[in-house]
Amino acid sequence: MAHKIRVTINGTVHEADVEARLLLVHLLREVLNLTGTHIGCDTTNCGACTVLMDGRPVKSCTIFAVQADGRTLMTVEGLAKDGQLHPIQEGFHEKHGLQCGFCTPGMMITSCALLARNPNPSEEDIRWAISGNLCRCTGYVNIVEAVKYAAEKLRSQPAAAGGRS
Amino acid sequence: MAIAHGMGHSVKRKEDARFIRGKGTYIDDIKLSGMLYLDIVRSPYAHATIKAIHPEKALAIPGVLAVITGKDLEKYGLAWMPTLMSDKQMVLPVDTVLYQSQEVAAVLATERYIAADGVGAVEVEYEPLPVVVDPKKALEPGAPVLRQDRAQKNNHIWHWQVGDQAATDKAFQGADIKVKQDLYIPRIHVASIETCGCIAQWDPVDGKLTLWMTTQAPHAIRTVVALVAGHLGLAEHKIRVISPDIGGGFGGKVPVYPGYVLAVAASVLTGKPVKWIEDRMENLQADSFARDYHITAELAAKKDGTMTALRVKTLADHGAFDAAANPSKFPAGLFSICTGSYDFQSAFAEVDGVYTNKPPGGIAYRCSFRVTEASYMIERMADILAHELGVDPADFRMKNFIRPEAFPYKSPLGWTYDSGNYQAALKKAMDKIGYAALRKEQAEKRKKGELMGIGISSFTEIVGAGPSHTFDILGLKMFDSAEIRVHPTGKVIARFGTKSQGQGHETTYAQIIAHELGIPEDDIAVEEGDTDTAPYGLGTYASRSTPVAGAAGAMAARKIRDKARKIAAHLLEASEADLEWERGKFFVKGSPQRVKTIQEIAFAAYTNHPQGLEAGLEAISYYDPPNLTFPFGSYICVVDIDKGTGEVKIRRFVAVDDCGNIINPMIVDGQIHGGLTMGLAPALYEEISYDEDGNIRGGSFMDYLLPTAMETPRWELDKTVTPSPHHPLGAKGVGESATVGAPAAIANAVVDALWHLGVRHIDIPITPWKVWKALRAKGVTE
Repeated sequence: MAHKIRVTINGTVHEADVEARLLLVHLLREVLNLTGTHIGCDTTNCGACTVLMDGRPVKSCTIFAVQADGRTLMTVEGLAKDGQLHPIQEGFHEKHGLQCGFCTPGMMITSCALLARNPNPSEEDIRWAISGNLCRCTGYVNIVEAVKYAAEKLRSQPAAAGGRS
Repeated sequence: MAIAHGMGHSVKRKEDARFIRGKGTYIDDIKLSGMLYLDIVRSPYAHATIKAIHPEKALAIPGVLAVITGKDLEKYGLAWMPTLMSDKQMVLPVDTVLYQSQEVAAVLATERYIAADGVGAVEVEYEPLPVVVDPKKALEPGAPVLRQDRAQKNNHIWHWQVGDQAATDKAFQGADIKVKQDLYIPRIHVASIETCGCIAQWDPVDGKLTLWMTTQAPHAIRTVVALVAGHLGLAEHKIRVISPDIGGGFGGKVPVYPGYVLAVAASVLTGKPVKWIEDRMENLQADSFARDYHITAELAAKKDGTMTALRVKTLADHGAFDAAANPSKFPAGLFSICTGSYDFQSAFAEVDGVYTNKPPGGIAYRCSFRVTEASYMIERMADILAHELGVDPADFRMKNFIRPEAFPYKSPLGWTYDSGNYQAALKKAMDKIGYAALRKEQAEKRKKGELMGIGISSFTEIVGAGPSHTFDILGLKMFDSAEIRVHPTGKVIARFGTKSQGQGHETTYAQIIAHELGIPEDDIAVEEGDTDTAPYGLGTYASRSTPVAGAAGAMAARKIRDKARKIAAHLLEASEADLEWERGKFFVKGSPQRVKTIQEIAFAAYTNHPQGLEAGLEAISYYDPPNLTFPFGSYICVVDIDKGTGEVKIRRFVAVDDCGNIINPMIVDGQIHGGLTMGLAPALYEEISYDEDGNIRGGSFMDYLLPTAMETPRWELDKTVTPSPHHPLGAKGVGESATVGAPAAIANAVVDALWHLGVRHIDIPITPWKVWKALRAKGVTE
């Protein structure tokens, strides 16, 4: 049986008829073609599928699309506004916070949620915040630097607040 | 204005632009019209006879189109496929499964979820058979013979040995001091965050197969497909392999897995595109493993601590098929680098390959094949011997290192090391970490009963496979390639035979060309991974991209410069000999105002080329390296151990690497950070083990523990620079050094903390439980 859902994603309202068992990540990737959100495991460990739901980071492989009904989501595709990169995107580029790029969308989204609640995180805060996101390439060193870069930039430009969603 | 940075600059990566926007194109991001989905039924048993496969319930599900079995494939001669190791491997079994999670049948459906429903509905009748998981037991008389398809009725695959056995035995007989240790290097998995998958699209009109595939070696795959499926009418010019953006490889995306073959077969069968994407559990449970070496090592030394001989005997557990992704001519890969950074008079190594009821492999897990095994062994043994002698492990290494003046150094196991300065690297690491002060602190802590350890690893790598006299893949020589086309406006497209999986080739290759031609990196587009457009190459693994394809890039650029000189001479009405090259331009010696930039020359190559010279400005190079490169480094790790829990805490880790001349320092540091973390992983966390029934332990991310940001220390890096004398840029490759060097540094630090209690060795991964047990066994209770 199909369920009608209505979800706001990156500021756009989407309506879809979905099976009850459809995972949110598959709604994003397969139905809406938002393929920036990735899948890296089956057990909610890797965080490649992390998106913001009502401002909180969630692993979209462990949420049914129907559970997102009426909610507001942000994915990696929603980070840049009017062609202007979000400071977290800038940070990952400037500090070489990515290599293969596969974990990167989830890492950036998780980091945005951290910076929204903690604009001046310590290294320990950052490492704890991203510990639900696995990266196999970078050893996390430059991801931490990227988040610090974004934190500093956001503090100096409050208008670009990290919590927007 | 864009400028040419060239070598040695931390140019920000060109490829980032798409990845930070979520606009990369990984395999599962590609969707084709009318695409079908393939999913795989897997065996719950490690060894069993298949009595029957009942597809009826699956076929009754709307949207399930077919259930493919081994018997179906057998009709087309596709039930088995060859491996790179002169063995063969089942695509799907006809009657017997040999490991848990082995592919048993494939379900083809219109949608992903329906294919999974189909997998759940296929009924298979099994009759379990006796299981062999221990390679030692596999060799015992009376052990069940796993490979009934072979003429040889035992589980032994091959014996390989290298070195002078008689001289080594003699050295041991007369030695003042000998040490011997068993070391097990467990089975692990690369677990790139993107799993494997493909889309096969067979065009029945053109008879052309397009295969998008998570592969590190697209050209070799094309040839393999042509060789394997040639009898079905697939010819190499009608096969296009495209390797899209790859979410990490580390060796795991070198092999051909049954899922790829099944997708191709299903597409040919249906005439529709077929997608196969494995999930994480399939990836961990059935894709190629790494390591699984049971080593017994012995060192002989003089009283003064000079090492004289090394003897190593190893059982290599290869699982059910010998499907190692090993491009060398030796079954144990480059294990013969095991004399490491030390000047031995004699050495002898032997390895026996064994079949067990485990998935096939292996692959390298971010190193040249079997180099980490070799490096871990010699660095652990060096530490054990130093401790036996009561000598500081740093002094011991300094005494035994190959001297800087001895390069090029011929090792007793047959390699010629290109260049090195091991003393300088270790000295730098010791200075950076404050070695003497740490030893003092350790002594004071020991008096108080606190456990602190300092571990060193001074490794030598061997990368850049490889010279065609030593390497091939199914006979294909291991050159690599670059094709550079300079357009009339001075912009460039360059294509390479390799394939980045995150290494940043689009940036570093552009830097090489910028360095050689003076064309800005921003004006250079780099492409890889499409066999219809890129020149033939053997791919990216074993840290071979810079040593081989990077060299090809430099050589192709130099060919372009040679032609540019002729055009410049024509334009400047000067003789070629009178022209001088300064990056980006030719000028007449003594008259710097008479100058033509590379961009002006490029334009002239298409608009005003000299008589007798062909138009255009393009070049291609296939580079067969004269030797391998030998990066090295010295790592020092400091650990504190909690006596109550056995937990090992890495307090500091200093890594001094030497990869020769550096193209992009930022990217090199990033590679080392990642490599160190993949060295930490097997040292403390990762292991795939099996119970006696062959059930996998470590088959999902719930219990196969990749380090997170919380476990990973803040790595401290430094470097020395000893250029490779034979590489055109003096570079050596760096992607894997840290994975090779790090495990021994960590294990050595742990044992260093416990040696005074009588603990001589703990096998990796060094879990709190193992340390706790070792402490309790020595009477430490608190």
